[in-house]
Amino acid sequence: MRFDGVDVTRTTAQQRSVALVYQQFINYPSLTVRDNIASPLRLRGVSDPGPRVRELARLLRIDNLLDRLPGELSGGQQQRVAIARALAKDADVVLLDEPLVNLDYKLREDLRDELRALFGAARPGGKPATVVYATTDPGEALALGGTTVLVHRGRVLQHAPALEVYHRPASVVAAGVASDPPMNIIDGVVAGGEIVLAGEIRIPRPAGGPGRHLAALGDGAYRFGIRASDCRLGSAPAGHVALRARVELGEISGSETFVHVRGGAAQTRLIVQHDGVVHYQLEDELTVFIDPDRLIAFRSDGDLALVAFYHSTDPTDPTDPSATAALAAR
Amino acid sequence: MAEILLRAITHSYDVARGRRDRAASSAYALRDIDLRWRDGGAYALLGPSGCGKTTLLNLMSGLLRPTAGRVLFGDRDVTELDPRQRNIAQVFQFPVIYDAFTVFENLAFPLRNRGVKGRELEARVGRIAELLELADVLRQRAAELSPDQKQIVSLGRGLVRDDVAAILFDEPLTVIDPHRKWTLRRRLREIHRQFRHTLIYVTHDQTEALTFADEVVVMHEGRVLQQATPEVLFADPAHTYVGYFIGSPGMNVLPCDVDGDSAVIAGQRVPLPEDLAGRAAGRTGKLELGIRPEHLVLGPPAGGVPATVSFVEDHGRFRIVAARLGEHLIKIRLEGDAPVTGGDACRVGLLPERIRLYEDGRSLS
Repeated sequence: MRFDGVDVTRTTAQQRSVALVYQQFINYPSLTVRDNIASPLRLRGVSDPGPRVRELARLLRIDNLLDRLPGELSGGQQQRVAIARALAKDADVVLLDEPLVNLDYKLREDLRDELRALFGAARPGGKPATVVYATTDPGEALALGGTTVLVHRGRVLQHAPALEVYHRPASVVAAGVASDPPMNIIDGVVAGGEIVLAGEIRIPRPAGGPGRHLAALGDGAYRFGIRASDCRLGSAPAGHVALRARVELGEISGSETFVHVRGGAAQTRLIVQHDGVVHYQLEDELTVFIDPDRLIAFRSDGDLALVAFYHSTDPTDPTDPSATAALAAR
Repeated sequence: MAEILLRAITHSYDVARGRRDRAASSAYALRDIDLRWRDGGAYALLGPSGCGKTTLLNLMSGLLRPTAGRVLFGDRDVTELDPRQRNIAQVFQFPVIYDAFTVFENLAFPLRNRGVKGRELEARVGRIAELLELADVLRQRAAELSPDQKQIVSLGRGLVRDDVAAILFDEPLTVIDPHRKWTLRRRLREIHRQFRHTLIYVTHDQTEALTFADEVVVMHEGRVLQQATPEVLFADPAHTYVGYFIGSPGMNVLPCDVDGDSAVIAGQRVPLPEDLAGRAAGRTGKLELGIRPEHLVLGPPAGGVPATVSFVEDHGRFRIVAARLGEHLIKIRLEGDAPVTGGDACRVGLLPERIRLYEDGRSLS
């Protein structure tokens, strides 16, 4: 293991320039917030830690809590203190192990916005630290942007920009791990002029028709991926293919509803996204429409064969300090 | 089973312990709570940590007595009764079961306590085990189960009694693997459909609340802000906090003035529907305009207010565009592939029928 070309494999944690933030909110319980943040600075022999402590506290919006003890703070505030202390180390590498998992849902959303801006921020007299953020939430990886290393059962499945992992999952397993809800997977067969999904959904393959990106597939068995957001309920534009199904559950997030269904002779399980709030009763019958243009083909061994498209956008630098200030003011 | 009524409930842990002045408002965990839970309804209590939802649950189960106010089950005043006399079952964050007992004995325990035995006991445990898909593990020791199976056994201990007035759940899916949560959510809905118990579910997670409940009660700082269906909470939040709390990202809330038929935000005029403008006329409180990211249009065919794109967050299936409007940052949910980059000048359209106005946080709609 090398840090900037230097082999650190046999060095201790103390010898490495690393700061850590854990799932649990770990602070010195008998020290004030001020002294918690100052402790790594004092260890390094910084004679006046005050200015840097105030700067970090302001960034993490805990500057009004500097004289409190950790036990007097809410969970979100305690984790902000732990993050401020980690940043005070000014380490080259900052490791965060699911830092938001023990926080309220909404607080997670707010703090994630702030962290993304913080991570890119320059350190005093140096370049930004390398940040490794461990999460089980694919949405968090996408929101933070950067590079995603997809790990499953001790192996790296994929290592690429976050959006590429989302749009071009390397395998069926990667597609499951890297999206929430997991990508729908339907077994299918390509034979001559058509693709048959789940033994019954027929997609003809006229040149230029729906699903034309699949023209390059040779005959044989495949597994096809389709996202919940590329399936519809109710009605659909021409070219979509249909499957009768029964409702297993509607998961309502507010902004959208994910309807879990089971359909067709093969009892294929699918998750379908619907905008806003919709109510279905368990076992309601409905029709799911699938957009053939959005199918992703995997080989029968699970490796990616073909993607539908990969739309590349140019997300701007999320560290825009003016954006951070406005978020903080909100 | 019966309807549950909470009348003018106020609770303070400090007053109960004889500390602090009754007048000090910060001492109150709950204030002025009036709620009605219909018999057989599925409800969620939603709010951030520390908002008082667990306190409210404990007042209903009898683990706490309110500082003031009454708890009624139907016509019966149960305020002074202890949990055992109330026939309320409670499922906690962490499974409460006897690890050394078999699953069967765990499920049988509440029945034995009530003197049920023999064939009736066997039959009732068997029926619940069937429903919860625990039949195969009935003879196993509870210690051998996975965390989600243990939580299902906890739930079974509540369901096995036929005399429960209501089942209260306090963040019951905390210990469940994220990928298994939906199966448990489905199980809970099935149970509700089959048994029609009154179910009350406490959570800080909007998805859990909206998925589980027919009606959601949103709480903040010891008060109830709104009790409504998921559709209404999303479309018509009664309070700016509800707008912020429901939806990801939450509702944009922008300070504004109302001038004639328009709202004025950062010097820009936004036309309002006539009736809404009328309701805002002559108001003296702090006015705010609320609109959801889903109801904003980037680059509308006509109209819209000028703004500057600040940053773009790409979630794959949609993008969240943050745009600066004067000193405010507004978030727009963008479907489709239109190119957008930070620093771009843009126009933002507000769907007029989706605009909400708030005075001092309260909806004028």
